[in-house]
Amino acid sequence: MSKLKLATVWLDGCSGCHMSFLDMDERLLELAELVDVVYSPLVDAKEFPAGVDIALVEGAVSSADDEKKIRKVRAHSKMLVAMGDCAVTGNVPSMRNPIGPEAILNRAYMENASAQQQIPCVVVPKLLKVVRPVHELVTVDVFLPGCPPSAATFHTVLMALVNGEPLDIPALTRFGA
Amino acid sequence: MSDAVEVKTLIIDERPVSARRGQTILEVAREYGIHIPTLCHLDGLSDVGACRLCLVEIKGSSKLVPACVATVSEGMEVSTNTERLLKIRRTILELLFAERNHICSVCVASGHCELQSLAQELGLTHIRLPYRNPQLPVDASHERFTADHNRCILCTRCVRVCAEVEGAHVWDVMGRGIDCLIISDLHEDWGASTSCTSCGKCVEVCPTGALFNKSKIGSGHPKDPYFLPFLNQMRDAR
Repeated sequence: MSKLKLATVWLDGCSGCHMSFLDMDERLLELAELVDVVYSPLVDAKEFPAGVDIALVEGAVSSADDEKKIRKVRAHSKMLVAMGDCAVTGNVPSMRNPIGPEAILNRAYMENASAQQQIPCVVVPKLLKVVRPVHELVTVDVFLPGCPPSAATFHTVLMALVNGEPLDIPALTRFGA
Repeated sequence: MSDAVEVKTLIIDERPVSARRGQTILEVAREYGIHIPTLCHLDGLSDVGACRLCLVEIKGSSKLVPACVATVSEGMEVSTNTERLLKIRRTILELLFAERNHICSVCVASGHCELQSLAQELGLTHIRLPYRNPQLPVDASHERFTADHNRCILCTRCVRVCAEVEGAHVWDVMGRGIDCLIISDLHEDWGASTSCTSCGKCVEVCPTGALFNKSKIGSGHPKDPYFLPFLNQMRDAR
């Protein structure tokens, strides 16, 4: 049996979900027997490949770049997992929604800057007006709340998904867990 | 014979149960260990039927009734756990999450929040409705407590405990519908309130992180509303 292709994606999140994923420690070896990690901030691939079996997405959709990425991820993946509260609810990145991106940029780059006051506009992607959870843009197959979901949760969920077994996510984790 | 308790017999979830006249469906269900989820109900306070989580089905009626305020009647057949009710309860929770800014991961009440644990209990893994992201005030003017309206679900437990138990009636509800806001005194800063006794009952009964004790920030904030029935009992005995 050929290995499943696993990808992990990092949108607007703190990387805590990826850290928790790595916290699986020796269980990662068990997982590595079953999947190939074809794209991830943890590996070297630069382009999201086609034919991914399981894509784990960390982070909310906050910028034009995030939006472009998530549409590509969806188009290239059989199963998309919203990994952690930012992907599932918007979480901390969405806390700017009531006041909007201009207010945030002004506070960070103008009011609080002691030198070179300017809003970055080259290289960095443009912020969207509203930060949204992944499922508001593309279809999500599995929702995995938690901030972050624990390593044990990751292990249980991934083994179930890889082996096609049933999964009771509310028994494992919750918003803010 | 006027003191005789009138007994009603009825059926809850296919179980025959007996109740005293005037008891609510919720009271009777709980006596028999039948679980109906609630948010605005709290033992020791009056019931207002605000959150609608305790809606149940009555055989022969197409209308759903809130179990916390509907009283029992002879021969009534109640269902508390149908697919239809579960769907409605989940949607109510989703509406609550979408209506204000409930960011569990950074909330002082995370791990001790009734909204959060009900979401888990009812199997909610995401909110299908678009978030409203309203801009809401945080009143930290009180010396010991904070009112964060981002987390408020308008259950009015604070309003009732302050009026009914403490007797101060600091809290009330301003506005209509989605613009409702819990206010202290005449919409003044909580810290400037001349009627607040700083007893903290409102904080203990708040099911979410909307009212919290400043000293508990970052340390987990378990609430303790269980003193209410005992307090009422002691007062009745006097």
